[in-house]
Amino acid sequence: MDYVTLLQQMINGISLGSMYALVAIGYTMVYGVLRLINFAHGDILMVGAFLGFFGISVLELPFFAAALLAIFGSAFLGILIDKVAYKPLRKAPRISLLITAIGVSFFLENSFNVLFGGVPKAFPVPDFAEQIIKVASLTFTTAAFIVPIVTLILLGVILLILYRTKYGVAIRALAFDSQTVELMGIDANLIFSIVFALGSALAAVGGIFWAINYPAVEPMMGVMVGLKAFAAAVVGGIGSVTGAVLGGFIIGFTEVVVIAFFPELGGYKDAFAFMFLILVLLFKPTGILGYDFEKTRF
Amino acid sequence: MIKGFAGRKGVQLLFYALTIWFLWFAQTTLDDYSIRVLNNIAIFIILAVSYNLINGITGQLSLEPNGFVAIGAYVATLFLLDSDALEYQYYLEDPSSIVLLMHTKSFIIALLAGGAAATFAAMLLSFPVFRVRGDYLAIVTLGFGFIIRILAINNPQITNGSLGLNDIPDHTNLYWSGGLAMVAVTVILNIIYSKYGRAMKAVRDDEDTAIAMGVNTFKIKTIAFSTSAFMEGVGGGLLACLLTSVSPDQFTFFLTFQLLIIIVLGGLGSTTGAIIGTILVIGGAEWLRFLDEPMNLFGWTSPALPGMRMVVFSIILILVMLFAREGIMGKKELFDYFKTKKPKEKK
Repeated sequence: MDYVTLLQQMINGISLGSMYALVAIGYTMVYGVLRLINFAHGDILMVGAFLGFFGISVLELPFFAAALLAIFGSAFLGILIDKVAYKPLRKAPRISLLITAIGVSFFLENSFNVLFGGVPKAFPVPDFAEQIIKVASLTFTTAAFIVPIVTLILLGVILLILYRTKYGVAIRALAFDSQTVELMGIDANLIFSIVFALGSALAAVGGIFWAINYPAVEPMMGVMVGLKAFAAAVVGGIGSVTGAVLGGFIIGFTEVVVIAFFPELGGYKDAFAFMFLILVLLFKPTGILGYDFEKTRF
Repeated sequence: MIKGFAGRKGVQLLFYALTIWFLWFAQTTLDDYSIRVLNNIAIFIILAVSYNLINGITGQLSLEPNGFVAIGAYVATLFLLDSDALEYQYYLEDPSSIVLLMHTKSFIIALLAGGAAATFAAMLLSFPVFRVRGDYLAIVTLGFGFIIRILAINNPQITNGSLGLNDIPDHTNLYWSGGLAMVAVTVILNIIYSKYGRAMKAVRDDEDTAIAMGVNTFKIKTIAFSTSAFMEGVGGGLLACLLTSVSPDQFTFFLTFQLLIIIVLGGLGSTTGAIIGTILVIGGAEWLRFLDEPMNLFGWTSPALPGMRMVVFSIILILVMLFAREGIMGKKELFDYFKTKKPKEKK
């Protein structure tokens, strides 16, 4: 393989990794405060992509307005899911919460399947994302550059919120010890809503990027991305936002580069993330940057 | 026989006799459709009670049944099909020599092989997963279900890829499925009322205290997971011989989801609850078939909505979790209600 193809694949890998990273941030934040694997998170990505699709092709909004609609719509959906399905179960055993999350995930997938059909719909990609850039003998679409840059900017925004605002302090405190936080007079439910809104908004951005790169939306698109993004969150260290981004880049990058080197493994593309997940659980369960939740829990 | 709970032996024997009589009665008198539904219910009872062992009794949420059922179904199928049938069916790639070597005419050996293969996979999974506490089992087993599908599609020399395998001998009848369901329920109840079962419940209720009491939680979780995998593998073999074909698309997450609803509705941690849940959900799924078809509502015909049943199922699951978390039976068993009163102490 010549270096041109390698470079090209590396940029594709970084672009794919950014999308996993955006979704993984939501997993890691929700797990941090609620200790819940939010199975519905991947499906929020799907809803975000669908909202963008409807914004552009049905409401005929310009791309950025449709993207805002998708982001706010998904954030609202995230808060709604938390209020309706998770809030009544705060004091319940964790297995109940997990089962409810699976129920919500299945509900979103299948109601979209019934309402809009399972056939993939072509996503109207905006012109600026389809421009072709030629650098030396490399060719890229602008999307391959926009995606990682936007991801890093959003990571910066999330880190600013987490470390420079009082809500961020509350989120981090809640991840550390939820009971004491409530004793300090902090409205935990408000903080949960903020976490769900932030995570879902990022998932919507990821969903729109996904729809631009693989120009189609369908009800099951969130399942695989969600699983891999969760694997990314665990690899990076669940509970750590920077770790989630790192894990996302690692998994996306490996997926693309390994297949570039060994095309015969193409059919196993979706299995790499789980190999990573299992290896990390075997050798370093806290991930690269993670906290040891077993110890901080008490 | 189920030891360790306060049921009289005579009552138990009567119950077994009644079940066997019912199986004979159903197999000889009912029409094909009813027999098929009953077969389905019996197989799902096997799957549900074994799934309940890891989810309800041990309290570890796992989402693996579709993976283990697929393994059991494929292995049993490969054992039952002879080499001529295999050579005839594989037209993506020639069948590998291992596949051709695997052959038996005995249904029970094929089923046991399917169960053993699933147990082996469960053992492999339990090492990374049970080393950490928490919810990783759920996501790893969910991924495992997808990986099994990927493996089945990408290894056409073993599984014939996405075309699947057909013409599996239809060995499954009510004697097999119902009989094995009885065996499965008996074994599971015996486990629950043994020291292992008590340790599993201890892990579910308070893992720290269980560790403090000297329970080897890793071992207990692995035993529960492997037992459940074995029975799911056997159930998979039965399912393959009922449907007479297997393909990767049969074993999607929907199968796991159905089982999850069954055990949640019946009551997480109740074996008899799982049986009641199976009858309600599998019977209900047949009854709810009208939802997927066009409906005539007051003169307005709605279009056919394939998948509507799944929406209804997921709403039922969420509602049960939110408002009736205990399900129908809670953690109790049916016979707990009929317990004979303790004899008065002699003075």
